[in-house]
Amino acid sequence: MSEKENRPILEVSNLCMDFYGTGARKSCVHAVDHVSFAVRKGETFGLVGESGCGKTTTGRCIIRLYQPTSGEMYYDGKPIHGKLTREKRKYITDHIAMVFQDPIASLNPRMTVQDIIGEGLKLRGVKDKEERHRIVKGLLVRVGLTPEHATRYPHEFSGGQRQRIGIARALAVNPGMIIADEPVSALDVSVQAQVINLLNELKEDLGLTILFIAHNLSVVKYFSDRIGVMYYGKLLEVADADQLFQRPAHPYTRALLSAVPQPDPYLERKRKKIIYDPSVHQYGPGNEPSYHTIEEGHILYCSDREFEELMKSQEGKKV
Amino acid sequence: MGETMIQVKDLRVNFRAWAGTVQAVRGVNFELKKGETLAIVGESGSGKSVTTKAILGILPSNARITSGEILYNGKDLTKLKEKEFYDIRGKHISLVFQDPLSALNPIQKVGKQICEALKKNEHMSNGEAKKRAIALMEDVGIPEPETKFSQYPFQFSGGMRQRIVIAIALACNPEILICDEPTTALDVTIQSRILDKIKELKAEHDLSVIFITHDLGVVAGIADRVCVMYAGKIVEYGTVDDIFYEPAHPYTWALLSSMPDLDTKEKLFSIPGAPPNMMYPPKGDAFAPRNRYAMEIDFEQEPPFFKVSDTHYAATWLLHPKAPKVELPEVLKHRIQRMKEEREGA
Repeated sequence: MSEKENRPILEVSNLCMDFYGTGARKSCVHAVDHVSFAVRKGETFGLVGESGCGKTTTGRCIIRLYQPTSGEMYYDGKPIHGKLTREKRKYITDHIAMVFQDPIASLNPRMTVQDIIGEGLKLRGVKDKEERHRIVKGLLVRVGLTPEHATRYPHEFSGGQRQRIGIARALAVNPGMIIADEPVSALDVSVQAQVINLLNELKEDLGLTILFIAHNLSVVKYFSDRIGVMYYGKLLEVADADQLFQRPAHPYTRALLSAVPQPDPYLERKRKKIIYDPSVHQYGPGNEPSYHTIEEGHILYCSDREFEELMKSQEGKKV
Repeated sequence: MGETMIQVKDLRVNFRAWAGTVQAVRGVNFELKKGETLAIVGESGSGKSVTTKAILGILPSNARITSGEILYNGKDLTKLKEKEFYDIRGKHISLVFQDPLSALNPIQKVGKQICEALKKNEHMSNGEAKKRAIALMEDVGIPEPETKFSQYPFQFSGGMRQRIVIAIALACNPEILICDEPTTALDVTIQSRILDKIKELKAEHDLSVIFITHDLGVVAGIADRVCVMYAGKIVEYGTVDDIFYEPAHPYTWALLSSMPDLDTKEKLFSIPGAPPNMMYPPKGDAFAPRNRYAMEIDFEQEPPFFKVSDTHYAATWLLHPKAPKVELPEVLKHRIQRMKEEREGA
């Protein structure tokens, strides 16, 4: 982490994304509900949660694949929310790139690898074909493939190799930040480690900031500097990776951590599982939840009353 | 351990494919004892699902069992006719599939799907079957079974659907339950609940379980014994403690050290390359090209099983008395060290 500073490079505040259904009822899903967090330069920020908790939607809102309902987002101090003008889109896509979950569906089967990776360069004014191919070959080597792969089609590659192509495509525009949406969950166990190691190397060499979205807690813990836990569209807790795992404050985080299977038969036998019951909170008028800071860098979404209780119990432990 | 429930002897399964013959399972031997949970671990394409499909006689039509036997109650399951399987499937051996949505009929109420097996196998009347189905649903932890009885699969969440599939599997009181990656499609919290349920039901109904998965964390929690499969063969088997605390085969090392656990800080050990094409299985040890400990003999000759302890065997030339001593991968060495300390400290 060469350039790690405390300055946030991405700030998200009160991001909301509602999806409206069609039909008579016009039902509405609050996929992302007032989510605020900041990602520092050069760090890996992990977002975890169950499926359907809004972690992918958050990532897609940031890169503006979805148009968020409300909220503010800043990349490097400049706003990236609001009406998506041509300049704003260029600013976003110049600086943020995305790696998708499904390495099969995210690559166009009728384009060669060099066209897939070079497309972003072409749109950014690298008009000379030779020049473009030269850059693409460099990128292929960078992600652990060979230059000969450039003229092949996606179906000729295995899952891990395809994910490498996806990463090369993201790197093509020289972004400052990568949003990696479950980059390893579609891969086989033995190949996952290859991709995780590659992302780690790239991050150190290029000083990338990574927003890592995944549901596998062991992988997120291994890969991330800080972690945010999401549940039903809300961001419940943000903390340093180690701190979150040692001192989880939110009951849901505790339940989630207690459910992670560990490759250790002894631990598994004596493990106690915690089941999260959302009704313990009893939020209502006069007991509204909001973001509280427990200590430097550890943020919890809870009501004032819960926060007071938590602080009391923590002080009790210290004494 | 009790009597042997199923014994698989030198099972070989080939698939006829457009480009040639795929040797999916190449000589698998194992036995399932009464009341134990046997986990079969391996990457996709290692032949673990095909093995269990052969046990139940539900291999696709282009597959052929070329040799070997599967002994159950003195009968060889590979020789049975489709009709004779009707008496075994569901009543004696049943299966929980990976994807609960595609295992259920989307246009039939779930209650009816549970009753179907009861009516067919146990010749129950509608009323009896319904009563039993509701009891089963309660058993697997579905709240308000009376209302849920007449709902359709799409009205259930993933975890609840998997519970229904388990209820169907348990409907006729089988002795053996085969779980083919039952939690892969589920979230961690739901996964841990389903695993607890399977453990609970296993104790209640005195089941023997074959559990197929690629997640070693899950294996540590549920299994008594573990078989590790690679390229259609079992490469190592032993009790769960043998496999996690004293793994002996380089492929098991690689699998264990390519997954981070919550304390891993070191660089992960990644397995280079990709699994072999089973149309042309390699000569010698199939894992040799990806194995950094491979010796010359690995490319020439298939290793036999070497005994590590009474319960623990591994097929690798590294255990040959003349083989050089090798160091475990860094990540794994530290993890085992840490696990031992934790055990002794507690």
